Amino acid sequence: MAAIASDHGHGHGHDEALHHQFENMEQQNDSYIVGMWTFLVTEVMFFGALFLIYTLYRSMYQMDFFLAHEALNVQMGMINTFVLLFSSFTVAMSVRYAQLQKRGGVLAMLGITQVCALAFMVVKYFEYQEKFGHHLYPGPGFGSHPEYLHGATPNFAQLYFGLYFGMTGLHGLHVVIGMIVIGYLMAKWWRNSPMVTKDYIPTELVGLYWHFVDLVWIFLFPLMYLMPKP
Amino acid sequence: MSAIPADPNVTAVSATPRTETNYLNADWSIKSWLLTGDHKRIAILYLVSVSFFFFLGSIAAGLIRYELTAPAGFILESETYNKVFSAHGIIMVFLFLIVAIPAILGNFLLPLMIGARDMAFPRLNLLSWYLFMAGGILIMGGMINGGVDSGWTFYVPYSSMYANSNVTMVLTGIFIAGFSSITTGINFIVTTHKMRAPGMTWFRLPLMVWALYATGVVIILGTPVVAVTLLCIIFERVFHLPIFSAELGGDPVLFQHLFWFYSHPAVYIMILPAFGVQSELIANFARKRVFGYHLIAFSSLAIAGLGFLVWGHHMFISSESMYQGVVFSLISFLVAIPSAIKVFNWTATLYKGNIRLQTPMIYALGFIGLFTIGGLTGLFLGCLGTDVHLTNTYFIVAHFHYVMVGGAVTAFLGGLHYWWPKMTGRLYPESIAKWNAVLVFIGFNLTFFPQFIVGFMGMPRRYHYYYFAPEFQPYHIMSTLGSTVLALSFIIPGLYLTRSLSKGAKASANPWGAHGLEWETSSPPPTSNFDQIPVVLDEVYDFDPVTEHEQDKAAQALEVPSYLSNEAKSAESEKEKR
Amino acid sequence: MFSNFPATPPQASSFSREHDIIFYALLALTIIFTVMVGIGVIYFVIKYKRGSDADRSRPIYEDARLETAWSVIPLILALIMFYFGTKLFITMRVPPADAQEIFVIGKQWMWHVQHSNGVRENNTLHVPAGKPFKLTMISQDVIHAFYIPAFRAQMHVVPGRYTTMWFTPTQPGKYHLFCSMYCGTQHSEMGGTVVVMEPREWANWIENGGQSQASLTLEQSGERLYKQLACNNCHGAEDNMRAPSLYGIWGKKRTLTGGRTAIADQSYLRESILRPHNKITNGYSNTMPVYDGQINEEDVLKLMAYIKVIGSSVGGPSSSGTDTAAAVLNGTKGTMSPFAANAIQYQNSSMRRVDSTPTTRSGELAVNAIAAQQEAKGN
Repeated sequence: MAAIASDHGHGHGHDEALHHQFENMEQQNDSYIVGMWTFLVTEVMFFGALFLIYTLYRSMYQMDFFLAHEALNVQMGMINTFVLLFSSFTVAMSVRYAQLQKRGGVLAMLGITQVCALAFMVVKYFEYQEKFGHHLYPGPGFGSHPEYLHGATPNFAQLYFGLYFGMTGLHGLHVVIGMIVIGYLMAKWWRNSPMVTKDYIPTELVGLYWHFVDLVWIFLFPLMYLMPKP
Repeated sequence: MSAIPADPNVTAVSATPRTETNYLNADWSIKSWLLTGDHKRIAILYLVSVSFFFFLGSIAAGLIRYELTAPAGFILESETYNKVFSAHGIIMVFLFLIVAIPAILGNFLLPLMIGARDMAFPRLNLLSWYLFMAGGILIMGGMINGGVDSGWTFYVPYSSMYANSNVTMVLTGIFIAGFSSITTGINFIVTTHKMRAPGMTWFRLPLMVWALYATGVVIILGTPVVAVTLLCIIFERVFHLPIFSAELGGDPVLFQHLFWFYSHPAVYIMILPAFGVQSELIANFARKRVFGYHLIAFSSLAIAGLGFLVWGHHMFISSESMYQGVVFSLISFLVAIPSAIKVFNWTATLYKGNIRLQTPMIYALGFIGLFTIGGLTGLFLGCLGTDVHLTNTYFIVAHFHYVMVGGAVTAFLGGLHYWWPKMTGRLYPESIAKWNAVLVFIGFNLTFFPQFIVGFMGMPRRYHYYYFAPEFQPYHIMSTLGSTVLALSFIIPGLYLTRSLSKGAKASANPWGAHGLEWETSSPPPTSNFDQIPVVLDEVYDFDPVTEHEQDKAAQALEVPSYLSNEAKSAESEKEKR
Repeated sequence: MFSNFPATPPQASSFSREHDIIFYALLALTIIFTVMVGIGVIYFVIKYKRGSDADRSRPIYEDARLETAWSVIPLILALIMFYFGTKLFITMRVPPADAQEIFVIGKQWMWHVQHSNGVRENNTLHVPAGKPFKLTMISQDVIHAFYIPAFRAQMHVVPGRYTTMWFTPTQPGKYHLFCSMYCGTQHSEMGGTVVVMEPREWANWIENGGQSQASLTLEQSGERLYKQLACNNCHGAEDNMRAPSLYGIWGKKRTLTGGRTAIADQSYLRESILRPHNKITNGYSNTMPVYDGQINEEDVLKLMAYIKVIGSSVGGPSSSGTDTAAAVLNGTKGTMSPFAANAIQYQNSSMRRVDSTPTTRSGELAVNAIAAQQEAKGN
């Protein structure tokens, strides 16, 4: 930040929120939006590869994946889904308040979002803990309590749980990153930083990211928790 | 004629008044370098670090070549040899080729060429360098601390379950370096879309910008896929998450699909910017607009698009289905066409030009030859029937070195020489550089041409010993001799370019008399690139070989080269800058 | 220095010719285009070098016809090459119905080959010329690739799934077998030899459980060699004009020319085989050829073993080892003919390495060993 600020001074430093490389706010905002969407494209490709692996393995071992998935706790998954959906709503509201330049509203909505994210992670923790307790974490001890496998072939169930932990784990990591970013945004709003108060675009960008995180879960939930009997 | 830029103090008169401070001397503190958001400084940071990695990768290459002169080796153990060739591949691919042209020349030039003050996201740009360094250090750390012996392709299950080397650390480094690449790609795309100067329409963009844009598209679509694929190996090694484990019913060939889905387009990440450099060099040294500008621009995008549909040609014999092979082969033949078009168009650009045979141009002409061979030998490998025999042999090694070293590295060297005065404000010694360019060409062919033959004879790649097949030895000896020449030809520029930083003559704003916005500002440019954002009114590569030739003739009488004469130059820049 | 300086791999399978035709066609295209571009570049550079007085008026910057031409012509050429390449590839991937199956297992760093009649080999593959073979392959650990350059045949060997390749060898000889997919430390040494034999020779080989002949004892090999080298032309059952008989000489005292004597022991026999002129039996002249450098130590040992047999016998050839050898040959044939084709038990990944060279000393034992081996395979 400092280094950039020191590069200032080409006669267009009057707008505090405008970075030196841009000519005006419109160009800056356009760039931010194109940049964010481009970043989301990379995220789609990132998770896309994992969904591809999942699709392939599930088509290969339909019955085993179905049986293994019965070990998951649908209630917990359902709670998490609603929690995330609600947090998406609050993020959308925070963008709305940002457009209206209502600082209190933004902070309140982002605060609720943080609580939702935290709730999601807590539920996730209990879910993981249960799976570990049931020896459903892939590795040498996997399936040492076969009753939790629900009759699935241990090897293929291991593939399923490998993907389950891999994909929900990476998603969880994105939730944590989202919490950090939202926290940073809240701090900016708290301090009345012109970077966020002058324009709603930064808030919207964070919102876009959070919607994406939500969207990944919207796909993960039915794929992992809600399988039809093949 | 070659003496012209070597002695600029006599004639060099900049069109724009020289700014007192430039981006290099604006602030000397280390902090100002490490916290810079200036795309030019970031380019220099990349230049230094990438050169260092290239040096390390070259040492590994030298070790491989010397070891292979004897059929049973004489320096290394097999285990060490495997670590050395893996190190060579990993360093050269992930820490040199993918970053060299985009992150050094691309970072430096993109904003200058489109008339912007900086990249759209300067801090993201700086972050990309830090990610690159973090990745590079981790990779180096892994190589020192246990080494890695899985080759740069990391095929499972070898890399995930059988390798006893430090694969995890190296993969983590590559994963992080991948994000460096992604941030650079995002910056290229946004900058090209949103930061162009007034009047800089899409079809006035220099072809370098088109190429960098196409590169950005390939990076953002491909890199995340390989990132997550390599992450899966890390998961498997560290957390025992079985993703590709054949033992548990997973599919090791799926890894190859995902890996090549990135790593084939990655070839285009390496070569597309080289095409861009090539177009700039050919246009500016033939003093002529590139022939078929639109077709070249579109062919870059076509390559970027089709490049994503040919990954399966790395897997013809890897047990993918026969029909898959047929489809991938067909598309591979199709993707050869845009590359062929480019070669023909560059050649046609020379027609009725006013050709200056200076160092960058020699590299550019060498590029045409080497890339033609590299590209055409690709057909042998895209062709199903011949690929069955040639894949996994030295033929493929020779092929991709012709494209990667003969193509990308040659273009990088040409571009580095061409923009050296702009980057450093100094001129390099022309005559030694010129002879060195010829030496690169000779050394390169000596090194890699024998590998085509030995590959056709059936020498598999990644072989440490071949005492059971002594008929391969003569070719390995030739190749090693060539690599000595090639190594020399890489050391020489390192020396004279470094020396030119202090001893080189000062460069004028436009020592080549070239066209393009980057030559409109001083050498080296000020931190904010342009005193005023330029307004572009001219078409790109607006050369006039006929008038220039006449001016040459007239100027010859006065012994002043026309393209440096004040009148001609200032008239042009007046036109361009309104 | 390099008397052997080939630039092409031998052609030894039915694919080789067609492959090489496509290869050379592509090579011709490469050369034509490279030369075309090269000449174009050099010509233009010379003609339009700065300062030359070439006509630069009316330059062209775009030309739809020209650009279409050099997009479409390479495209057509590419499609032609695609057609031929694909045709060959489909041939390579679809084995004929009558192809005989061979199983291959790759593991770090060794190839196991099992023929359909149960004969096993390690790092070698014996096939006859003129007969199609289909290889069904799988890996026990990492990915390998089975590559025979002379056949222009290569295929990955993957854990967890079978891959197949097929070929019809055409040219008898010995060819390289490589693992061409990087598989770890000793990757470069995971290879061996493909031996293409004459069909009759191979039939014999496969019938005899993977030996060129029925597994012979040292004495039997020696007898064979004795005849091959035509020793028996001179050294007959009785002393004759040309040479003394070797029957019954073992351990006996021999009188040499010049009156010296020597005991006919191993060192004497070795000396007399390799450098006969040194010690010539009294009454004979130096007519025997020198075998030093002609035969190797192994052969000397074989000869010695045989000479020991006949040298210890009292009478003529009837009591020699010949009958034993014949019996062994007949016996083995009888036992081995009803070979059943055995599939490899892939599930049992700990495949036992069965050495295909029975190291028994007498013919009878050899027969027993081979029979036992058969029994083991049948299970």
